[in-house]
Amino acid sequence: MVFLSYLISGISLGSVYAMIALGYTMVYGIAKMLNFAHGDVIMVGGYVSLIAMTSWGLPVWAAVVVAMVACTVLGVVIEGLAYRPLRSAPSLAVLITAIGVSYFLQNSAQLIFSPNPKSYPVIINGSLSLFGGKLTISYISLVTFLVCVIIMIALTLFTSRSKMGKAMRAVSEDKGAAQLMGINVNRTISMTFAIGSALAAVAGVFLCSSYTTLMPTTGSMPGIKAFTAAVFGGIGSIPGAFLGGLLLGIIEAMAKAYISTNISNAIVFAVLIVVLLVRPAGLLGKYVPEKV
Amino acid sequence: MLKVNDINVYYGNIHAIKGVSFEVNEGEIVTLIGANGAGKSTILKTISGLLRSTTGSIEFLGHNISNTPPHKIVSQSLAHVPEGRRIFLQMTVQENLEMGAFTQDGSKLRQDLDDVYKQFPRLNERQRQIAGTLSGGEQQMLAIGRALMSHPKLLMLDEPSMGLAPILVEQIFDIIKALRDNGTTILLVEQNAQMALSIADRAYVLETGKIILSGTGQDLIQSDEIRKAYLGG
Ligand SMILES: Nc1ncnc2c1ncn2[C@@H]1O[C@H](COP(=O)(O)OP(=O)(O)O)[C@@H](O)[C@H]1O
Ligand SMILES: [Mg+2]
Repeated sequence: MVFLSYLISGISLGSVYAMIALGYTMVYGIAKMLNFAHGDVIMVGGYVSLIAMTSWGLPVWAAVVVAMVACTVLGVVIEGLAYRPLRSAPSLAVLITAIGVSYFLQNSAQLIFSPNPKSYPVIINGSLSLFGGKLTISYISLVTFLVCVIIMIALTLFTSRSKMGKAMRAVSEDKGAAQLMGINVNRTISMTFAIGSALAAVAGVFLCSSYTTLMPTTGSMPGIKAFTAAVFGGIGSIPGAFLGGLLLGIIEAMAKAYISTNISNAIVFAVLIVVLLVRPAGLLGKYVPEKV
Repeated sequence: MLKVNDINVYYGNIHAIKGVSFEVNEGEIVTLIGANGAGKSTILKTISGLLRSTTGSIEFLGHNISNTPPHKIVSQSLAHVPEGRRIFLQMTVQENLEMGAFTQDGSKLRQDLDDVYKQFPRLNERQRQIAGTLSGGEQQMLAIGRALMSHPKLLMLDEPSMGLAPILVEQIFDIIKALRDNGTTILLVEQNAQMALSIADRAYVLETGKIILSGTGQDLIQSDEIRKAYLGG
């Protein structure tokens, strides 16, 4: 029973990582860039939803929608201003820019909201009691997991079935050929950032709600872990990000429970390194050798 | 139909195309031949907007398209089958064809797919196959079929015979002739000068970024200069 409850808390944590990882992997898969500012978009989603709930008195669902809209706009603006001019620049230049954007967002948040933590409400209260009270599952854990599964399925269907989703895959394979098909590459990449950032907003709400605090650096560690999860599962793969996020959450929860809270992060990354040694493309990734 | 007028194209400091002018009339097969590195692909990329000329103009069906972004050119019924095919290797045959129809109204998609499958039975048998697993000849057919999905009036083909066995080369050239007979104008870029000249109405010879000769396909096949330089004696 104790093991089960650790497992559940791992899945709940992992679902949040998976939501973030889905956004990471989406942008990486299509635009072929690591948007290191993704974690900070989550933090912005956290603040926007907090303001919407506490200052404007909106219900949770409406706060989520407001945060999604705000983050979508933010993501598209970041892409247009910071990344689009670098479309043909070396990937290192893009990476450094992304790190710059990340600090810019964190520092802006410090300026606007102060560096002090703010408390964030638990968005869903109550829990399910099983086995005569021996095992409790909080509703928030259930909802987090469910939302994550829905997002994963929706993204999979979107990229495999819809015209826009297929165009995104075409852009990810060959931008030049995609243009010859009449696909507007800039607009397609904007769209990818819009989707990734909207997901970041949702993840932000669940993340803050599980931490119950929020500060300008809130997004940064989960952002790195979700990136790890995306690589773990196979970067660019949607089911990979889901699986990677869940496993990462579970490993972290188990490490905390059975080994040590202090070194749980080290254990998480150690597992990642071992997995990548055995499967360089990640669990579900396809190993595509560089074309010569 | 297509008028290319005094274009100059640079890659950084490299002056790849030096004042090239030529035209393609409706219903023709026009071929652009020349050695590797002469600038053939650069010209096609400039016409389809992937590269820009610093001078002159490109007119297609009476419109100046020299500043039109590449993704808007295909909807003006000008399609480009790039060198090396550039099909989407991780997508299925059918998805590749759907991408070819990206600018088209979705209601005609089924009909257009059926038309291409009728024309290329090999693709019909492989609708759900991942394009990267097709043979070279099949990939070339897919690249052509994908371009046809946009209903081009002018089809530009960049070295469609590259890397194919002679029998497949012949098949591809038969397809090109059939397309022209059905009313599609063709601008064909080839290193395989013999084959290209044999089906072309008119031809231009390109050398280090300049057009050095032009004439009908038959004239050029017989010209001594061409025989020595491109047809192996
Ligand atoms: N991306 C590029 N960067 C720099 N130079 C290039 C590039 N692409 C082609 N070139 C140069 O431009 C010239 C023409 O190339 P290209 O149009 O590909 O020739 P062709 O298609 O006739 O073989 C060559 O000298 C080639 O080296
Ligand atoms: Mg070429």
